[in-house]
Amino acid sequence: MIAFEDIAVQLGGRIVLEDATFTVHAGELVGLIGPNGAGKTTLLRTALGLLKPVRGRVEVAGLIGYVPQRHEFAWDFPISVEDVVMTGRTGRLGLLRRPRTTDWEAVDEALERVRMTDLRTRPVGQLSGGQRQRVLVARALALRPAALLLDEPFTGLDVPTQELLSELFLSLAREERAVLMTTHDLAGAMYGCDRLALLNRSVVAVGTPEELAERDELWMRTFGISPHSPLLRVLKAAA
Amino acid sequence: MSPIDFIRDLANPDLSFLWKALVIAVMSSLICGVIGCYVVLRGMAFIGDAVAHAVFPGLAIAFVIGGNLILGGIAAGVLTAVLVAVFAQNRRLKEDSVIGVFFVAAFALGIVIISRAPGYAGSLQDFLFGSITGIPDSDLYVVAGTGLGVLAALFALHKELVTISLDRETARAMGIRVFWLDLALYVLVTLAVVISVQTIGNILVLALLITPAATARLLTDRLATMMVLSPAIGALAALVGLYVSWSWDYPTGGTIVLVLTTFFLLVYAQRVVGSRA
Repeated sequence: MIAFEDIAVQLGGRIVLEDATFTVHAGELVGLIGPNGAGKTTLLRTALGLLKPVRGRVEVAGLIGYVPQRHEFAWDFPISVEDVVMTGRTGRLGLLRRPRTTDWEAVDEALERVRMTDLRTRPVGQLSGGQRQRVLVARALALRPAALLLDEPFTGLDVPTQELLSELFLSLAREERAVLMTTHDLAGAMYGCDRLALLNRSVVAVGTPEELAERDELWMRTFGISPHSPLLRVLKAAA
Repeated sequence: MSPIDFIRDLANPDLSFLWKALVIAVMSSLICGVIGCYVVLRGMAFIGDAVAHAVFPGLAIAFVIGGNLILGGIAAGVLTAVLVAVFAQNRRLKEDSVIGVFFVAAFALGIVIISRAPGYAGSLQDFLFGSITGIPDSDLYVVAGTGLGVLAALFALHKELVTISLDRETARAMGIRVFWLDLALYVLVTLAVVISVQTIGNILVLALLITPAATARLLTDRLATMMVLSPAIGALAALVGLYVSWSWDYPTGGTIVLVLTTFFLLVYAQRVVGSRA
């Protein structure tokens, strides 16, 4: 469970996010939707404790696993898939500690979960975009987290790969994890997520895709689009 | 001169500075070769260059007041590294600009200080381009001790340094102290540079950090292998370079660097040809 309670965040002396209240429950996949600059990444960084809200608080039951955007990662680093996944436990291990059996078990489990066991000794530079995304998910899973935060996991991937990953994220949620994912793929989110949170400087609405699809005014407010935007028809079709 | 003659000279008590230079050059290369892997993989070559220049005022002050050069260099290098780390927190300035400001300032300060010293031109040249003569016995111990310390610290922090090199934001989210690890890495690079300056020179020391690690990177996709190959390549180049410079009376630092560059080009050519075949 991740609960955002009346969060307000200030960056460079300006409030960039306020009135953010919603909860991601264990077992569900929630899509965080909004235009660029809406505060999606700010909200994720607040949940991770990287930003301190000026008001409100984030409550998380258990550990959070973070899956950053793929371009944040140094893919040219000479390191194997399994060693990358083990770095997910670096913070937990602490200084001067070497991985033990339990750490390797967590890594094995994470690799198995994202179906990357066969490629575990492969240098990460040789992986495809979809495989790279799986490695980042496995690194987050290596902590055995109760919640997962995914930042734009679909960007730059082809449609079949997006679909496979979408299924993976949903099944990870069904194993009693709270999963929150930002995405620009609105149709995919309407189809694949249990609930959506519409964000633009504040939380505009939270609801199931079916509930939100009927309410054009929410989408117009979130994205600043006109009533005639083709987006509204696409959303209804996808829900 | 044949290699046999070189070994004979190394054993000659009248030429004791020669084996001291060899030991220091090889130790420096080993240490720079290991830490250079982090520098190359993180794209910190500019920082390496900056630190190399930044130690200069410390060396100059130590030289003028007759103190220990290595300690002076460490003090100046660490001070500059801290200044860069602190000033780089300002969001308007990118880190490379801050580095550009401080390392040239440090170097300029060093030149002004050393110009006050007697025998200015000769000592300046030794600092900039290295010298194999006049190494006190105590330096052997200081270099060995500092080097072991650097290697021990890298071994202890390896897991964290790799984690922050891969992805700083996630490392922060895991509660890893990224700022302090960066600072630790800068300080360790400074130490490696300082102990190498004596034989290879202030300007050329960057090659010891970058070239062996870059050559090793071309040869492998495994970090562990890279971290063994890189110091081995550096040490071999130091040995070959010192032999060539002693035999034909070339400057030692420059010769070692050119040997390293030759290794790099040979490996590069072999890789390019190999990938086309």
